[in-house]
Amino acid sequence: MNTLNFTPPGKHNSGDNVVNGVDLSVNFAGIKAPNPFWLASAPPTDKAYNVVRAYEEGWGGVVWKTLGEEPPAVNVSSRYSAHYGKNREVIGFNNIELITDRSLEINLKEITQVKKDWPDRALIVSIMVPCNEEAWAYILPLVEATGADGIELNLGCPHGMPERGMGAAVGQNPDLIEKVTYWCKKHYSKPVIVKLTPNITDIRVGAQAALRGGADAVSLINTINSITSIDLDNMVAKPTVGHQSTHGGYCGSAVKPIAMNMVAEIARDPATPTLPISGIGGIATWRDAAEFIALGAGSVQVCTAAMLNGFRIVEEMKDGLSRWMAEKGYDSIEAFSRKAIPQTTDWKHLDINFKTIAKIDQDLCIECGRCYIACEDTSHQSIAKLTEQDGARRYEVIEDECVGCNLCQITCPVENCITMVPQETDKPFLAWDNDPRNPFRAAS
Amino acid sequence: MTSPLNHLPSAKEVGTYDPATLASNFSDLHPPLTHRQAMIESQRCLYCFDAPCVEACPSEIDIPSFIRQISENNINGAAETILEANILGGSCARVCPTEILCERSCVRNHDAECQPVLIGLLQRHATDHMQFDGHPFTRAASTGRHVAVVGAGPAGLSCAHRLAMLGHQVTIFEAEQKPGGLNEYGIARYKMTDDFARKEVEFLLKIGGIDIQYGQRLGDNLELAALHQQYDSVFLGLGLGTSRALGLTGDEAPGLMPAVDYIKTLRQTDDLGSLAVAKRCIVIGAGNTAIDMATQMARLGATEVTLVYRRGVEAMSATDHEQEIAKANGVRMVTWAQPDDILLDSQGRVAGMRFAKTQEQAGQLIATGDTFEIAADAIFKAIGQGFEGASLRDATVAELARDGERIQVDDMLRTSLPNVYAGGDCVKPGQDLTVQAVQHGKLAAHAIHQALVAKQEAA
Repeated sequence: MNTLNFTPPGKHNSGDNVVNGVDLSVNFAGIKAPNPFWLASAPPTDKAYNVVRAYEEGWGGVVWKTLGEEPPAVNVSSRYSAHYGKNREVIGFNNIELITDRSLEINLKEITQVKKDWPDRALIVSIMVPCNEEAWAYILPLVEATGADGIELNLGCPHGMPERGMGAAVGQNPDLIEKVTYWCKKHYSKPVIVKLTPNITDIRVGAQAALRGGADAVSLINTINSITSIDLDNMVAKPTVGHQSTHGGYCGSAVKPIAMNMVAEIARDPATPTLPISGIGGIATWRDAAEFIALGAGSVQVCTAAMLNGFRIVEEMKDGLSRWMAEKGYDSIEAFSRKAIPQTTDWKHLDINFKTIAKIDQDLCIECGRCYIACEDTSHQSIAKLTEQDGARRYEVIEDECVGCNLCQITCPVENCITMVPQETDKPFLAWDNDPRNPFRAAS
Repeated sequence: MTSPLNHLPSAKEVGTYDPATLASNFSDLHPPLTHRQAMIESQRCLYCFDAPCVEACPSEIDIPSFIRQISENNINGAAETILEANILGGSCARVCPTEILCERSCVRNHDAECQPVLIGLLQRHATDHMQFDGHPFTRAASTGRHVAVVGAGPAGLSCAHRLAMLGHQVTIFEAEQKPGGLNEYGIARYKMTDDFARKEVEFLLKIGGIDIQYGQRLGDNLELAALHQQYDSVFLGLGLGTSRALGLTGDEAPGLMPAVDYIKTLRQTDDLGSLAVAKRCIVIGAGNTAIDMATQMARLGATEVTLVYRRGVEAMSATDHEQEIAKANGVRMVTWAQPDDILLDSQGRVAGMRFAKTQEQAGQLIATGDTFEIAADAIFKAIGQGFEGASLRDATVAELARDGERIQVDDMLRTSLPNVYAGGDCVKPGQDLTVQAVQHGKLAAHAIHQALVAKQEAA
């Protein structure tokens, strides 16, 4: 009797759609997966060995590390570096690795086998070839023959490839995005996802171009140009190759806020209202994933968190997400996708009459004085520092001075000690568009 | 020094611990933080504004700043922040009862965490790992003034260092043959290991302008009147050199001795195995010295160590933390009992003690009439140190105004004799804390400096 290998249905490391009674499956632009957690095109998806391990741990999908033309890319030694917090937690991650450095033939063979062995999981192939139709026309049928579910165009790699007229060099040019997407739709029958680079000024332009080219979906963000740290003894950045370095692509938790804004920008752009989005950028927990989905992502892609912790993290992501969904009554990913978009707007549409002020819970206050000095030195001098009869410190909000900036709440080390309390103002909703104080009101 | 115990076997003969265990019994009680531990612990500091820990530090060290410097891996910067407030920051990091000072006031003690930042260990980390070429502080231009400091303990050393920084010349007169005072002679060996006290003084003296004359004792071969006449100012950091007597017959019996004398020998020996050990012993007292004595005797190999105090646990001046250390070392605590009679054997040596049970009635401690006996080979008294003693044989010291038995000083640490200052344990506001002595020395140095400068301007 082999009871040790017993796996409860919908639980550990399984590819089941239903976890904790909640259906996590997605149909993303026609690509089906048992859950929205996919591994992004990156080192963890470079070969069958890793991808199989990921599927075994329960990942819903994988975007195979970018294939290119022969001969394969050649990588340098010393490839990653980190932006550390003080406890050596990795806040951000940087890499100077190129696309796959294995032969096209081996990759295609492995993709074919993996798809055959794991038919229920999403398998998407990332591709980057030179910006001419012949190159795409050559590789796409080969990829189609693998049986993979779709392709992702790597138009965003910020290092190494732009010098060869690929990657970000294409992704930063809307006309080229449109053209390449068009070729792909012409020479490939399954879904085409365009991966967008954040190293631009307006992410919406790239998404619109992809849509014009016929893209089925976009995925974002690719990595951000970065230098993470300097070795001050040798005056060279990291990662150090010999005595030199170069900028790399930045990812990890630090980029999440940037990525979420870009996802939201596309989700609420009237030009791309229904374009499916695969969210990428610093996703490490179920909550991160839920936030991306709330802003319009239909699936999420993870890389850094897996690289730092191993594939096992997906179990908690699925478990946490499904429990939260059950608690909120969401019976599918679709049910809360884009839920935060209606409330995401431009500054000019915000209610200028809304007022909120800080409230300090004196029972929770530990008297560290952080809120006081932050407000006093850098904001609105709206916290009073008092001394009780027994010598204890007491910090009180001067309500008439408080503008509700949240700084005190942010700097407070105690959860829920400072809360922001909306005030009754008896004033109607008034957006800046309509505010008499707006000198451009007539023009708007 | 342990001659009253000459009839007792040595630790080696008692043989409870082999030499290696004996050595480890007296290694660091609280091991220092590793670099990683210090980095992690330093992150816990909230960098409070007007931090409560600073208010609780008698020497006013800017604790949030030095911890932030540790977290930035700026160890020399952290050490300098500590040392500019407290030049003996290294020994204070080891001996301060942080649990009743800085760490007690840490805001992280609040309900959600109940665990203060380990300020003492972080301070030790900074001072242990600082690396200066020479000395971190420089001296002001010479003032041409010369100040006498009596006593090379924490108060005297702190005063001398600050005076030297301010540009004065200093001569320290020390009764013993080594500097450091209680740091050298009076701290439990596992609290300050190796020759840290000596090294710290060496470091302190690198400021320059300070010379120390050893074997100079007031009332013996040194006169305050002469110093007063010869020097521009005098600082007295005399400490409390006299162990109080029990006031019972047999006070001179072999087997009975002051705890501080035993600890002094323990700290100076190179061979722990040679120390006399009482297998069964009694320690009388309730302060940190009593705890140190009892714990060290247990760690040397005594099998029955009983600490007896005439009041309840809550009245003990040893902190809870200290009491826990003693208990963890198997020390038995007996409260509400006071010495009644010293029991002697046929050769007139200590055989035990009879105690009278006590109780409190209307605030007064009274004997209940019940007694009991504890058999013991040695009795160590740790019932406090007094100021009255050798120093008072000096006619000028004897004339100084006193508050109780200690020297009276004002908030500028001035005694009743003009140009004579005092600080540390020998003065009234003393809390018998090293860190307080350091602060007294520092404040007195500034008071002396101010007075000397004023004099110069008036001239």
